[in-house]
Amino acid sequence: MRGEPPIRAVLGLAEGRARVLLGAYDGAVRVRRLQTFAILAAVVCLALLSAYVAEVEPSTFSKNLYRFTNYLYRILPSLTVANLAGDVADWYWRFGVWMRLLIETLLIAYLGTLIGALGAVALCFAASNNFGRNKALRFATRRLLEFLRTVPEVVFALLFVIAFGLGPMAGVLALGIHSVGSLGKQFFEIVENVDMKPAEGVRASGGNWLHTVRFAAWPQVAPGFASYALMRFEINVRGASVMGFVGAGGIGQELISAIRQFYYSDVSAILLMILVTVVLIDLGAEQVRHRLIGLKGASA
Amino acid sequence: MKGSPPGVRADALGQLPRLKTAYATEFSNRSRGVRLALAAGAIALLTGYALWALDFSLVRILSGLGRLGDFSLMMLPPSAGGRFAIYLQSLFETVAIAYLGTLVAGLFAFPFAFLAAKNVIPNIFVHFGARRVLDVFRGVDTLIWALLWVNVVGLGPFAGVLAIACSDFGSLGKLFSEAIETAAQGPVDGVASAGGARAHQIRFGILPQIVPVIGGLTLYFIESNTRSATIIGIVGAGGIGVHLAEQIRVLNLQDVSCLILMILAAVTAIDFVSGKLRVGMIGKRGEAMA
Repeated sequence: MRGEPPIRAVLGLAEGRARVLLGAYDGAVRVRRLQTFAILAAVVCLALLSAYVAEVEPSTFSKNLYRFTNYLYRILPSLTVANLAGDVADWYWRFGVWMRLLIETLLIAYLGTLIGALGAVALCFAASNNFGRNKALRFATRRLLEFLRTVPEVVFALLFVIAFGLGPMAGVLALGIHSVGSLGKQFFEIVENVDMKPAEGVRASGGNWLHTVRFAAWPQVAPGFASYALMRFEINVRGASVMGFVGAGGIGQELISAIRQFYYSDVSAILLMILVTVVLIDLGAEQVRHRLIGLKGASA
Repeated sequence: MKGSPPGVRADALGQLPRLKTAYATEFSNRSRGVRLALAAGAIALLTGYALWALDFSLVRILSGLGRLGDFSLMMLPPSAGGRFAIYLQSLFETVAIAYLGTLVAGLFAFPFAFLAAKNVIPNIFVHFGARRVLDVFRGVDTLIWALLWVNVVGLGPFAGVLAIACSDFGSLGKLFSEAIETAAQGPVDGVASAGGARAHQIRFGILPQIVPVIGGLTLYFIESNTRSATIIGIVGAGGIGVHLAEQIRVLNLQDVSCLILMILAAVTAIDFVSGKLRVGMIGKRGEAMA
């Protein structure tokens, strides 16, 4: 099709030359298409295999999907315009308890993030290529961080609940330990990206290792650290909301019992509280993070 | 300091008053100091309150640490107690859940992300609404989704797939829409000036820029979902977490350490493979993203 009259007009080339070029172009496109097709085929094959392993049954899904909509319909509160205040009060009949637990959830996330950040600061310099002088120590620190962030916080929580007893303390420690691992990795990557000239300056004027960290690295990395810690706080709020599933404190306890005992309107009431909190914290933390990064830009 | 001759030091100190008057603002760092002190005070106060409100006690921490020490001894040596084949099978199930869940999430998030991108849909109501929808999906934790889906499709890995698909639809949709918004405007204008319609502009102007980013993000999520897929078993949504939770509850800690080692090995292997694929897809930049 392409070879009809317009070819010379479009390319402004001799007929033969244009044909050669177009042929090469078609060939290149064909190779790319073939590659794309191969990748797609691999993705689909893996998906089918996974669907088999994961016992995916589209028929169960379509047959039971009405249950999901049903469920959504059921958890909706019955609110009427005539008696709105009364209905809302009815819906949130345990508002005091839930609010206390929600605050507990936030405190769990806060303390967990704080423990995580302190631990990560303590470990990240030893784990970095540029400040970690001892190779064996660096290797050990990195493996430790990897272990801490690969084991999910809920698994730590399950163990800690047995060791420390039921309650928010186990949740804080579980979130904290997991955060040391994930923040530690992000922190040492920041440390590895610092400008080393200030460090050379500090060392040249007789500063020891601690002085280099404090006066050369710290001013460069602190805004980044704070920004990542805030982001971790957002993630930890979500994590703390399910700590109660395993008895490690927070609002998850109420949520799981409401779901398991089919207190439908309670489910929506608690979910809405969690959602609003998470969205508000995300928005607030985002503002603060933008300002932190802006500050970094101004001082640079 | 040690090496500098005393004359230099005395001279420098002698200049200090003059410098202080000349650069008053540089020397009076008071507002910064006050701000730092306020922040530190607030953090300390909040921490103290949190420790009090959450019932922290040194006694419990110490006795708990002792028990944790006992536990770690009981974990050695790791052993599957003859259930290795079962564990391995559920490990594959976990990986399958992560893969399929992320794939489904990506497939739904991809078109939806265009709705949430300002540069594609300038209508504020549409993109604002689309973002809040993503927020709702993202704000509900994977474990909660798993609980809800278990109610619908019954216990088993399928509920896990749906749970991961739901919560990742939110996260991937947000990240995809950010990728679309940071795409360069030049190619889009180029297609428009050559007479391309809106659909052409998206297909030939935006899509080639974002496909590598989207591929990299999806791979990264498969990786991180292998971790989250290990825990949804705790609420009965399939995978290795079912065994993990059960063995922890009965304090069969040798099995627990074996299971944890298996998870570590699987995650490391997937990290490795997806790292290679990412580098192949977007070059060295992919490594920095991980």
